[in-house]
Amino acid sequence: MAGVRTFVLAALALVLSALGVVDGAMAEGTAKWPGQCVADSATMRRNHFEMLLHQRDDTMHRGERPSDRSLGACLDCHAVKGADGHAVTAADSRHFCRTCHDSAAVRIDCFSCHNSAPGASK
Amino acid sequence: MTDVLSNPTRRSLLAGIGALTLAPGIVLMAPQPADAAATSGKRWGLLIDTTKCDAGCNACVQACGAEHGWSDPTHGRPDQAPKWVRKVDVKDPASGKTASLPVMCQHCAKPPCVDVCPTGASFKRADGIVLVDRHICIGCRYCMMACPFKARSFVHEDIANQRPGTPRGNGTVEACNLCVTRVDAGKLPVCVDACAGAGKGAILFGDLNDPNSAIAKRVREVAPARLRADLRLDTGVHYQGL
Repeated sequence: MAGVRTFVLAALALVLSALGVVDGAMAEGTAKWPGQCVADSATMRRNHFEMLLHQRDDTMHRGERPSDRSLGACLDCHAVKGADGHAVTAADSRHFCRTCHDSAAVRIDCFSCHNSAPGASK
Repeated sequence: MTDVLSNPTRRSLLAGIGALTLAPGIVLMAPQPADAAATSGKRWGLLIDTTKCDAGCNACVQACGAEHGWSDPTHGRPDQAPKWVRKVDVKDPASGKTASLPVMCQHCAKPPCVDVCPTGASFKRADGIVLVDRHICIGCRYCMMACPFKARSFVHEDIANQRPGTPRGNGTVEACNLCVTRVDAGKLPVCVDACAGAGKGAILFGDLNDPNSAIAKRVREVAPARLRADLRLDTGVHYQGL
C-alpha cells in the first residue's frame, strides 16, 4: 500500500513538474519523512485547511498544542531548502504551500502573522 | 510620569488601592472561583513586588521584547511602536512614596477588552489568560480604548521573521499573552525569568486558584494591591508594596 502511495505521489510530482506547476518542491519536501504525514496525501490535499482551522481554534482557545498537528510541524516537515542551503520562506515561490496555492490562485493568509520558515512558527 | 497611569489615572490608581484595603474580601483573600468554562481550574497570575523593583531596571521589558519580537527597531515608528509591557514610575502625592513597576495586560477576570470586542477576538482562556485571537481580529481597536491599563498595541506595519511561538501581523491588536506558549509548555513567562536573572526576583508567577501555590500563599500573606481595583475587574496581576 505504501509502495503504491509512493508511486502515485512520485507520478503526481512528475506530472505536476512536467506541467510546470511545481519545480520539485513537493517531492523534495515530503521525501524527508515519506508516509509520515498526519493523514494520507489525498486527505491532506482535500482537507488540510479544515484540519488547520480546527487545530487553530483548539490551540488558540483551549491551549491544545499537539506536536504533530501544529502549523509549525507542517512547516518543519515540508521545509524546502533554497540554493543557499537555508529553508525558503513563503516569499519564495518554491515554498511548499505556495507550490499549489500559486497555481490554484488561493491566497494564504497564515503567513501575514505566522513565520513561514521551519522551526519558527508554533 | 507622562504615562496614562501617572495623570488622571494615577489619582484613580491610588484611590483604587484605598478601595482595595476597604474591601479586602472581594479581591484579596479569595481567588476567583474557576470560570464556568474552565477545564483546568487554574487561574494564572503574577505577583510583582514593587519594593524589589528598581526604577533603573528594564530587564523584564527587554526580555519580553526580545522573546516576542515587538521591540525590533526595524518595525514601527516610535509613536506607534507596540508595547506589551512598560515600566511606570508612580508617586503618592500625600506621602511622597515612590514606586517603579512593570505594567502589562492585567489579565482581568472581567476584562473590558472582551466586553467590547465585536468579533470575539478578545477572549479569556479557561485558565484566566486574556488573549487576542488575531485570526478573527478586525483591527477596530475598541479593546485598546476600553483597557484602563493601556496594555494593548496595534500593529501598523507588515511584519516578517516573527519570533518562535509569537505570530504577529499587520492590522491586528496585540498585548502581553503571559507567554502562553511557554506556560503551556510548563515554563515561566520570560519577564519572570529575566527579573530573577537581573537579581531582583520581584515577579512571582503561579496559579492563584491553587491555595498551596507560592503566589496564592504570598497573596494571602501580604494582601497586595491591584491597579484600578475600584473598577473591580479582578485583575490577575498583583502589586505588592504599592
